[in-house]
Amino acid sequence: MKRLSLMLGLVAATAAMQSCKMKTAATAVQGDAASKTYVAPGKYDEYYNFVSGGFNGQVSVYGLPSGRLLKVIPVFSVFPENGYGYSEETKAMLNTTNGSIPWDDQHHLDLSQTNGEQDGRWLFANANNTPRIARIDLTTFKTMEILQIPNSAGNHSSPFITENTEYVVAGTRFSVPLGSEDVPISSFKENFHSTASFISVDKNSGKMDIAFQIVLPGMNLDLSHAGKGPSHDWFFFSSYNTEQAYTLLEVNASQKDKDYIVAVNWKKAEEYAKAGKGKKVSAPYAHNTYDEHTQTATSVIENEVLLLDPKDCPDMVYMIPCPKSPHGCDIDPSGEYIVGSGKLAALIPVFSFSKITKAIGDKQFEGDFKGIPILKYESALYGEVQKPGLGPLHTEFDGRGNAYTSMFLSSEVVKWSLKDLKVLDRAPTYYSVGHLMIPGGDTKKPAGKYLVAYNKITKDRFLPTGPELAQSAQLYDISGDKMQLVLDYPTFGEPHYAQACAASLIKDKQVKFFDINKNKHSYVAMGEKNAKVVRQGNRVDVYMTAIRSHLTPDNIEGVYVGDEVYFHVTNLEQDWDIPHGFAIKNNPNAELLIMPGETVTLKFVPEKQGIYPFYCTDFCSALHQEMSGYLRVSPKGANVPLKFGTGETAETVAAK
Amino acid sequence: MKKQAMFLTAIAAVALLVYSCGSGTPPPAADAPAADSSMTAPAQASSQTPTDETKGMGKFAEVKLTDPLDQTMVTSGKSTYEVKCAACHKLSGEKLVGPGWKGVTERRKPEWIMNFVTNTDEMIDKDPAAQAMLQECMVRMPNQHLTDDEARHLLEYMRANDGKK
Ligand SMILES: [Cu+2]
Repeated sequence: MKRLSLMLGLVAATAAMQSCKMKTAATAVQGDAASKTYVAPGKYDEYYNFVSGGFNGQVSVYGLPSGRLLKVIPVFSVFPENGYGYSEETKAMLNTTNGSIPWDDQHHLDLSQTNGEQDGRWLFANANNTPRIARIDLTTFKTMEILQIPNSAGNHSSPFITENTEYVVAGTRFSVPLGSEDVPISSFKENFHSTASFISVDKNSGKMDIAFQIVLPGMNLDLSHAGKGPSHDWFFFSSYNTEQAYTLLEVNASQKDKDYIVAVNWKKAEEYAKAGKGKKVSAPYAHNTYDEHTQTATSVIENEVLLLDPKDCPDMVYMIPCPKSPHGCDIDPSGEYIVGSGKLAALIPVFSFSKITKAIGDKQFEGDFKGIPILKYESALYGEVQKPGLGPLHTEFDGRGNAYTSMFLSSEVVKWSLKDLKVLDRAPTYYSVGHLMIPGGDTKKPAGKYLVAYNKITKDRFLPTGPELAQSAQLYDISGDKMQLVLDYPTFGEPHYAQACAASLIKDKQVKFFDINKNKHSYVAMGEKNAKVVRQGNRVDVYMTAIRSHLTPDNIEGVYVGDEVYFHVTNLEQDWDIPHGFAIKNNPNAELLIMPGETVTLKFVPEKQGIYPFYCTDFCSALHQEMSGYLRVSPKGANVPLKFGTGETAETVAAK
Repeated sequence: MKKQAMFLTAIAAVALLVYSCGSGTPPPAADAPAADSSMTAPAQASSQTPTDETKGMGKFAEVKLTDPLDQTMVTSGKSTYEVKCAACHKLSGEKLVGPGWKGVTERRKPEWIMNFVTNTDEMIDKDPAAQAMLQECMVRMPNQHLTDDEARHLLEYMRANDGKK
């Protein structure tokens, strides 16, 4: 968004003219809108909507059409609510080659697909700042894997996937030198590169690996989408700054009237990789995986990647000229049309895959970009949508032959026909819309009932909350000829892209509790009988259990200042929605939330002697307040023996 | 979130009073969101509910006891007890979170016990004896999702604990 605002100046005059179209906010949601989105408690929403959290590094999950927030999934950011990134088990998830990085900028999401349709298995998420790709399991809504991407900066055009989730891509926004050589910034053209990383995904486990990276000229990759059907073998990336500017980009990256859509034949790339056409280079990166059996994450540093240079791999990459600064690069359900969105152009170019193939066959090139053939614009073009609005950004499809494009500058959604490229309808947004989302709108089978617009600015939409206002989303009913705005609701973070799928696809697969008998955590206390405290040197391991409504042990003595105390808390419950929490006074770490049947560990290093109460933080029963205990911390060298128990009192001890 | 659980408990205490006056107020679980299929599932099971109300409600209408005790079941029941039950139930008659187990096989029919440990939520909501226990303990017994086998083995362990041979 920030970058987009830069071009405001450029098109300010026209934008002002356009803005008179905007209706007042008061008239926005009309008629029977409220009843269309009302979902009574106890009734389920029809869709799960996964929304990127932007700079909060998380993913939020909303129900549609109600717009109710159901969950926040921590992915790239530590999360005090449940101890993600703080617990000993999850710390490794945030490991990188630059140490633990507890934050990121999360922009896009993609749901896994089989045969071009959503399969409800995984959700992939990108991190821009420290380039990473994450995989979230949709049976538990937990982050299971995070893969760091080397040779990349500003991992923006990701994590888009191919039709059968063969690959997840990660495209570079900021070009940087490969490796770690020290070069002048002014040597951009020689030394800087963008890369498109292809991450393979194991069909069964979902495990990710960087299969290969394609080295591209220095420029900014923005968005991407995989082909489907006839264009199955291809991936398309939009680019900007093909001027290769490295300073004052708002002017210097706006010199030419066109940038490129980068078309990559990933099937060919795969063959070249197998045939040994690539070059293995040293490139350390972290690969973090969470093991569901031991409930513990491990981080492995991998050391090399395979680079494919288009020079050595003919027919692998082509450039398609696209009107200035394309953002979206969206493929229609048939796989034939590729919609670019020239943000700085007052039209939407639509390319034809069959024409692209023919142009490649006929060698209809107009030159090359650093050795990569450039197709002639006209030879790849199906047609242009004229005067769609200002600042076209991103397009989704309804599966009925219609496309919907967001207009950042004129703050509207524009519906147009793929067949004749005529504008059919327009609806205002409030305001500065970014991405759009139709459930399955980027698959072969969109569910074209709803469309959500994710807005950057809200001004007069919600109660003021200081200088910063809530970001917002707007839900439109698109089942009729005219789009109807039916709901307007605030969101977390800055929503970018989102995905939604039918609730029926994942609802019945939800894990309700973890089977305690399958808990393979190395510090599990299998039943209260096995609760204990073990000292080894200055390390103290507390094997603790939690069940409504007590912790065992709940009295611990014989711990000294400076000891490293590990509370391994096993939740013995076997019932849905009965997590227990665990917090200890003055712990500079965080608290835990332990799901039924799970074991989670909180580290505590007491710095002062004293009595430290600990307790369950999540209201679990009528006697929740009673779910507590005491840790006694004695001075270093004190002669207090290690002692622990539950239910022991001075009287019962004396009686023995 | 599971705040529901604690409210249920609180509501239960009040509702129980009303319910016992025969006002026809539905038991609390009927108001609970249908979200929890573990709560709604037992409704089907209760179609086979034994007619004898001292047997509770659930899928066990007739439990065949062994004589002598099946020692394999006793051993398996013991390990289930240790992982899933011991946190709240002593083997003596002493109440911890829940009642002590001594004598439970004398107080309750085997079917009642099997139904209670497998169909916990419905039993707590509807069975008079279970409701009386809730008023005493003030914590709903967690549904520990025992399999039918685990429940049967546990029963055998309870019988051994009560001195059956
Ligand atoms: Cu608790």
